[in-house]
Amino acid sequence: MRHCSFPLRQQCTVIVGPTLSGGSSHVENANLLIYQHSGERSIMVREDEEELPDTIDDREIFSLIRSINDSEHPLTLEELDVVEQVRVKVTDAKSTVAVEFTPTNPHCSMATLIGLSIKVKRIRSLPERFKVDVHITPCTHASEHAANKQLADKERVAAALENTHLLEVVNQCLSARS
Amino acid sequence: MCEVLAPGLAVSVLRAVFQEVHVQSLLQLDRHTVYSIIRNFMRTREEELKGLGADFTFGFIQVMDGEKDPRNLLVAFQIVRDLIVQEYTLGPFVEELFEVTSCYFPIDFTPPPNDPHGIQREDLIVGLRSVLASTPLFAEFLLPLLIEKMDSDLQSAKLDSLQTLRACCAVYGQRELKEFLPSLWSSLRREVFQTASEKVEAEGLSALQALSACLSRSVLSSDGEDLLDSFLTSLLQDCRHHLCEPDMKLVWPSAKLLQAAAGASRRAGHQISASVVPLLLEQYNQHPQSSQRRTILEMLLGFLELQQKHGPEEADDNPLLGSKATLCSVVFSAVTDPSVQLQLVGIRTLAVLGALRGLLNPADVELLVDHLTRLILHEEDSKSCEAAMEVAGALAPLYPEAFSGRLVQVLSEELQTAPQEEPLQSQHSRWRRCLQALAAVSTHSGIVRDTVPVLLQCLRRAQKGNVPSGAHSVVSICQSLQRVAVQCQQDPGSGWYFHQAVVPCLLGLAVQAGMQENSSPALGKVLLEEEALTAMVPVISAACTHLSPELAAQSASHVVLLFLDGELAFLPDNSFPRSFQPFQNRQCPALAQRRLVSLLMAFVCSLPRNVPIPQLDRLLHELLALSCSCDCPFTATAAAKCFAGLVNKHPPGSQLDELLEAAVNRLEPDLAEGPHRHQALALLLWVTKALLLRYHPLSARLTDKLLALLGDVALGPAVGDGFSLLMADSPDVLCKSCHADVRLMFRQRFFTESVPRLVKGFHAAAPDAKANYLKGLSHVLSHLPKPVLVTELPTLLSLLLEALSCPDCVVQLSTLRCLQPLLHDAPDVMSLHVDTLVSKFLSLTESPAMVIRIAALQCLHALTHLPPPVLLPYKPQVIRALAKPLDDKKRLVRKEAVAARGEWFLLGSPGR
Repeated sequence: MRHCSFPLRQQCTVIVGPTLSGGSSHVENANLLIYQHSGERSIMVREDEEELPDTIDDREIFSLIRSINDSEHPLTLEELDVVEQVRVKVTDAKSTVAVEFTPTNPHCSMATLIGLSIKVKRIRSLPERFKVDVHITPCTHASEHAANKQLADKERVAAALENTHLLEVVNQCLSARS
Repeated sequence: MCEVLAPGLAVSVLRAVFQEVHVQSLLQLDRHTVYSIIRNFMRTREEELKGLGADFTFGFIQVMDGEKDPRNLLVAFQIVRDLIVQEYTLGPFVEELFEVTSCYFPIDFTPPPNDPHGIQREDLIVGLRSVLASTPLFAEFLLPLLIEKMDSDLQSAKLDSLQTLRACCAVYGQRELKEFLPSLWSSLRREVFQTASEKVEAEGLSALQALSACLSRSVLSSDGEDLLDSFLTSLLQDCRHHLCEPDMKLVWPSAKLLQAAAGASRRAGHQISASVVPLLLEQYNQHPQSSQRRTILEMLLGFLELQQKHGPEEADDNPLLGSKATLCSVVFSAVTDPSVQLQLVGIRTLAVLGALRGLLNPADVELLVDHLTRLILHEEDSKSCEAAMEVAGALAPLYPEAFSGRLVQVLSEELQTAPQEEPLQSQHSRWRRCLQALAAVSTHSGIVRDTVPVLLQCLRRAQKGNVPSGAHSVVSICQSLQRVAVQCQQDPGSGWYFHQAVVPCLLGLAVQAGMQENSSPALGKVLLEEEALTAMVPVISAACTHLSPELAAQSASHVVLLFLDGELAFLPDNSFPRSFQPFQNRQCPALAQRRLVSLLMAFVCSLPRNVPIPQLDRLLHELLALSCSCDCPFTATAAAKCFAGLVNKHPPGSQLDELLEAAVNRLEPDLAEGPHRHQALALLLWVTKALLLRYHPLSARLTDKLLALLGDVALGPAVGDGFSLLMADSPDVLCKSCHADVRLMFRQRFFTESVPRLVKGFHAAAPDAKANYLKGLSHVLSHLPKPVLVTELPTLLSLLLEALSCPDCVVQLSTLRCLQPLLHDAPDVMSLHVDTLVSKFLSLTESPAMVIRIAALQCLHALTHLPPPVLLPYKPQVIRALAKPLDDKKRLVRKEAVAARGEWFLLGSPGR
């Protein structure tokens, strides 16, 4: 399973800050573009109020998945622009979450693994009441349909997690970066 | 031994060793002996050994050739370094000597586990580096090696090469480097451009800086070319064009490389700035997007800071002078940009621009001050506003006239004529901004003399009720005054001016308020509110701590006599309707007047210890009486604190003993029963603290009293809380900054003395009093330094586990905070109690208090640091239980739950 490599994404643009300049791996074209990550959410005054409930919002779900590691590079899904906050939709009242992710290229063979990582992250981090829909951003992947079908199938997800090797890779993706 | 050896014998011994012994076939210990012999001779018989000429060097090369033991290598490296440094003849063996040592580079050594010799990789690296970088003679062999190793895949080899290169630059000159400069530069550039590691980047940059410094150092010969010039030219050639692409990744590495080289010397800085600054200015104007402009301006800022570091240039030679007009217009456009990010960088650049000597002319400075004024008054973003105030404070000492005449002027007008049509909210926030800005800009003695009268005028108007929202305004004014006071402390002139201007004025206004109380109830009372008085305390305190003893004594006599005898003469506007006698009268006006004891406390407790206080004895007895008998807790506590502050500084002797005896006698009956039990407790706590801090023997007796009171039904909880007062730093009295007698280890001492008794008391106490002991204990523990805590806690663990079940929130929280570091640092002890810990932590995740839920979840997270076999039996239980806090109504709790549950899932799972 080879993951799509960086140089394919050179054409995109976003600013690089001084703190990030040392962050990329050894690649053929050194002058590539990196997506700035959004940083920790600042704490609002109302969030310290004991009584006021905070609803679960897009940003909160996004901050759960943004730090998932890519399985082959020392970068997060956010830094690779695989997940974006605008592609996360949450309705707390109806207990639904929809996440769209964009594989790094249309033939990326790791697409289902990324989807699986997001699924597992949600099983571990979200209350059970939520119904979560994880799928590939439309028209960004060659076998988008098949992958979406796999991800939607509960039994296939459960079976995948019985596979020790697969579980190991998923766990690596979900481990806090040292 | 060496002294008795006849001259010449040393040489014979060494010759014999070199000729007859094949050192590398000996055992490690014997080889070590040979090295020791050589080293000892080198120490004592240097002259004789040098007589051997190059033979000695050659002999030693043969001795150490093939050495593999790290212990021996350390000695061998030292010998080689001495050979070079003490200038033994190397003769034709330079290359051999290099070969025999450089074959170990880069050092690859991992000490075996349980290594008894304690030799670290780092020791060998340093030893070898001191050999390789000791002489320019090695340059022609070493530099190719370093260039090769920089390209290594091993990060450690890269780092070692870069660090060694930096060390070499300290001894090399142009001649050694010349031939290798192009390849060195291309290797360094590659490392900085491509690395994924911040460490490699940092080392690469500092190696480049060393290189540039080395080239700058060399003296130019008349015919020789200037290597620095050509080196920097190639740098600029390779990096300049990247600076024009502010969106791309290489823009920052390029800027950092150029800045590293420019930071090495004034000459390098000059050449690079002359080329880069105009380019960046041009790029700024060509890129319209604010994010791009921000990147460009940030780079520009870096180059300007370097210019500042190198100090003032000769006027005609400054590379910035030519582009000054563009520079100013770029920076001014940045601070007016709608993007806050760009604005912030612009403000930082303003600071550097203003600090560059000899660049700006008076008109530029006025423009700069006007921009700051606008940002301070009208910018909506609070970060920009704060940054502008800070810059104003930094630049004010450089241009006092410009700031006085413009900024201070505008601010004081603004304070006097607040437009009435605005809503109260924004009126008040603008008012506060002006006050903050006045304080921030008071960093020069001349400006202080302009701003302090304005602030005092505001206070007078606040007293008359002419400013928005009463007590809050007084607090804001006092915060500004305090900041000015702190800024004045280092300059005796300003400090004394501030003291003379502010202290009588504050006291005068407060005294006036205290007298008016009956005549017009609504008017002038604002200064007597607790909030307002509490805010005045740090102002007076900061105005007193740094006074010279003579001036302080002069002022002290005024203030003390004011309170004891009602002498009002030194106050401004001293025509008061009645007398001021806070300690005497028992009638109504005195009640209000007595509240001013907090100001007396701020004054007398902040004076340096060598300042005599007039009528100290009488003052102390008045304070003692007031603290025990006053019905108002605010006044009583202020009196108690004042008494304690004075007791702490009182010289030891019979007078102090009598005083304390009197205090204890006075306390005891009140403490036992009556309407003033809480006041007596406050006094006891403060006096105990005062004595505890100076290690006074009586503190033990007073601590006993407190421990006994923990069992008291009415006072017990307050005593428990009082332990935090004993342990914490208090901001206004009994602190280092107000010259109190504070011993270094008083917390540890109190811990060792009181904790065993707290534990004993806990076990003996009635069930409903147990919580008080736990509260006291947790306060003591939570103020203890971490390292002490970790060593002492295991003995207290069972008690802490019990404290987790205590219903008191304070106890729960501080216990959780004590346990959390232990989970990291003492996993073995904690593993024994894993069953209790898991169940207690889990039940606390359902606490009604958010902070406790968060702390409990953090502890559950920290629990995963224990060995997995201990935890695995609990994994299903914990994961199930943590599903609930995932749906907590507070986001901050959910965040901790996610982190903790994620870690528990990973326990014992592949790929952790």
